[in-house]
Amino acid sequence: MSRYDVVIVGAGVTGCAIARELARGQRNIAVLEKNADICEGTSKANSGIVHAGYDAKEGTLKAKLNVRGNEMMEELSKKLDFPFRRNGSLVLCFNEEDLPKLEVLKDRGEKNGVKDIQILSPEKVWEMEPNITHDLAGALFAPTGGIVCPFVMTEAFAENAAVNGVEFYFEKKVTSIEKSHEGFKVICGDEIFEAKAVINAAGVYADEIHNMVSDKKIKIVPRRGQYNLLDKKCGDFVDKTIFQLPSKLGKGILVTPTVHGNLLVGPTAEDLDDKSDTETTAEGMSKVFKEAALSTPDINKKMVITSFSGLRAHLDDASGKSDFNIGELSEAPGFFDVAGIESPGLSAAPAIGKFVADMVNRSFPVPNKTGFVETRVGIPNMANAGDDEREALIRRNPQFANVICRCEFVTEGEIVEAINRPVGAKTLDGIKRRTRAGMGRCQSGFCQPKVLEILERELGTDRGNICKAGKDSKILEGYTKEDSL
Amino acid sequence: MKNVDILIIGGGPAGLAAGLSAKRNGIGNVLILERDKCLGGILNQCIHNGFGLHTFKEELTGPEYADRYVTMVRDEKVPFMLSTMVCDIAVDDDGDKIVTAMNKDEGMLKIKAKAVILAMGCRERPRGALSIPGTRPAGIFSAGTAQYYVNMEGRMPGKKIVILGSGDIGLIMARRLKLEGAEVLCVAEIRPQSGGLKRNIVQCLEDFDIPLYLNTTVTKVHGKDRVSGVTLSKVDENMNPIEGTERFVECDTLLLSCGLIPENELTTAAGAQIDPKTGGPVVDGMLQCSIPGLFACGNVLHVHELVDHVSAEAEKAGAFAADYVKGR
Ligand SMILES: Cc1cc2nc3c(=O)[nH]c(=O)nc-3n(C[C@H](O)[C@H](O)[C@H](O)COP(=O)(O)OP(=O)(O)OC[C@H]3O[C@@H](n4cnc5c(N)ncnc54)[C@H](O)[C@@H]3O)c2cc1C
Repeated sequence: MSRYDVVIVGAGVTGCAIARELARGQRNIAVLEKNADICEGTSKANSGIVHAGYDAKEGTLKAKLNVRGNEMMEELSKKLDFPFRRNGSLVLCFNEEDLPKLEVLKDRGEKNGVKDIQILSPEKVWEMEPNITHDLAGALFAPTGGIVCPFVMTEAFAENAAVNGVEFYFEKKVTSIEKSHEGFKVICGDEIFEAKAVINAAGVYADEIHNMVSDKKIKIVPRRGQYNLLDKKCGDFVDKTIFQLPSKLGKGILVTPTVHGNLLVGPTAEDLDDKSDTETTAEGMSKVFKEAALSTPDINKKMVITSFSGLRAHLDDASGKSDFNIGELSEAPGFFDVAGIESPGLSAAPAIGKFVADMVNRSFPVPNKTGFVETRVGIPNMANAGDDEREALIRRNPQFANVICRCEFVTEGEIVEAINRPVGAKTLDGIKRRTRAGMGRCQSGFCQPKVLEILERELGTDRGNICKAGKDSKILEGYTKEDSL
Repeated sequence: MKNVDILIIGGGPAGLAAGLSAKRNGIGNVLILERDKCLGGILNQCIHNGFGLHTFKEELTGPEYADRYVTMVRDEKVPFMLSTMVCDIAVDDDGDKIVTAMNKDEGMLKIKAKAVILAMGCRERPRGALSIPGTRPAGIFSAGTAQYYVNMEGRMPGKKIVILGSGDIGLIMARRLKLEGAEVLCVAEIRPQSGGLKRNIVQCLEDFDIPLYLNTTVTKVHGKDRVSGVTLSKVDENMNPIEGTERFVECDTLLLSCGLIPENELTTAAGAQIDPKTGGPVVDGMLQCSIPGLFACGNVLHVHELVDHVSAEAEKAGAFAADYVKGR
């Protein structure tokens, strides 16, 4: 049995952000994740938007933590070296009669503390964004909106947490939790982790974890969102994140550049029963384009390089409040829920980390650590480096001259680093999220065998054992001629 | 900065023939840059035969064909550099090309060239452009990647295989995988006829009883961790799936062989005009792009059916580039 002061369930952006904040104190922390890597749940499949904060109802935790998270993002992205750009966002209104709804949003934004929001005339919008529809009545402009790399942000929190002593366990699915004198016994099959405090950051599964210790049951409905990702050739089709005012047709589809220069369109919103159903559907993919065309009629469907979907952890509560559900359970003191973290969970993550850490500190005060490492330096990025920087990297390690992924210009040096860092990559998808190898227009067609070869060498295992993601997703199936004789 | 007369980007069949031709046409100061560890390009993994009937009047395998050219390049002392990746092509005020490349030993290098011949070849059309609904499990490969695993590494990409697209690599891989012990269930082709060579349809499918389903496509990928099957559907004349024709096929692997596209990232970045039809640069009768002194040949220009045609075209490109250098 392993003993910790705090056990965090779930290594998504929420769990990792909380782990980093808690690591400031003198305590032992473990993060238990059922998948083989960090960022395998909702945190890997979302819009990557750092919302300004005008969406959530005033007074909710969503509103408060979104605005605070947005404010923290810039400095944090520098400290922890993850890609973030404050590109601003627009909410388009297509009909005159809906214009008052823009006012409502603006008003709500102001009450939530969002700075500098304004309503723009169609002419102003076209000046900013020439590809936007001419069927436009006006738009809300929020200059504080931004875009972030959700993978590298999660990675940054996790790595920095690990450097500060947090231990990460993978393929540890929490199957039950029992109260004990010490606090809790967190059980993963035949392994037991004993902890004074447990933090439930299990995303769409947070209801299952909660219901293990509480009779006041909660229910999370996975709400699927499908996306199409377009080639970098159309990355500058729009500069700002383009939302639509919710209308009769639905909540609207967004069109946004990503921090890496692709164009992203989506998401749909479909309530499901199956929490692992991240399939895309033909209907979803065409709906995304059809509705995106309302904002930007000339969007080029042929430029799709991949499609994917993610699941929002939508809390199904009778009150209809659908706020983040964060707090210590009175029926199980020491157990903290961080549930219902749907959008704007990514935007709010830095603030959630702090908010939860403060809460835990109140119940379980410990002195601060000396020598907490505040900053992290990311994996070097040859694609964005200038010639001098490239030269220096190659001199430091010649592997930086060996381009593995041509589409995204990712070198062996970067992949080797991704494997050998704290909380390093062990799978093809792990490499992809950390370095972008395989993320480009050929979607790993060319580089996959080379990445396998590097993983094999660095991990000291046969390439036949290497997986795409989970342990049942091996890439290769034995040797040639095995079955032919 | 290194100075050369003609710089050739790519050491596959096009680059090798262009380099030889430039040298034979009197320009000795040429240099071939190849990103891989060896010359020969994609031919190295094409271990089937059918290469060289025009050029050498005999049937060779891919590696054999490549080796003929590599031997000539070595014998005639055409300079080349391996494991060297070209990152950028710029044009200076005098019309010279400044090529930035990198490798392990020299770091970043700049090479000034009077003329550049593009010979970067092509790559497979990715799945994304096809946008098949369903899951994203392990077990989806481009036919070329599968070919690499089987022919270069002796590894199997899977045991029960469905192939989407009847491009030549897909056909060749159907046969190869069958010979290596896999079950190849079918080849599905969305168009009313195969894009592959007749010879390959007969020798790779018919001779091995592998069915080819025309007007058929994959409309869904199944399986959470590893592919567990695909849904095949018939399509109408506009290539839209026909409802009610869906059929589940259990398999562990889906190979995509949906054709090839010229690889022109460098060309586009250099500012040369691209022909939207071929995906290659627009060239004049001298195989010269919209930038004077920039030539193109082989699959980077358009996808050729036979390597023999690539070599013939590259020979011309080498001669034209030599003329251009002499004329300056
Ligand atoms: C379509 C879509 C679009 C979105 N767009 C945005 C956006 O633009 N901006 C924004 O701010 N937010 C957005 N969000 C919301 C944001 O993505 C989420 O709020 C955030 O990623 C949630 O992170 P998480 O760590 O709480 O959950 P997750 O990332 O899902 O992490 C939970 C982890 O817990 C693990 N786990 C579960 N059960 C167990 C168990 N029993 N044992 C061990 N581990 C377990 C899971 O494997 C998973 O790794 C979007 C969400 C979706 C679905």
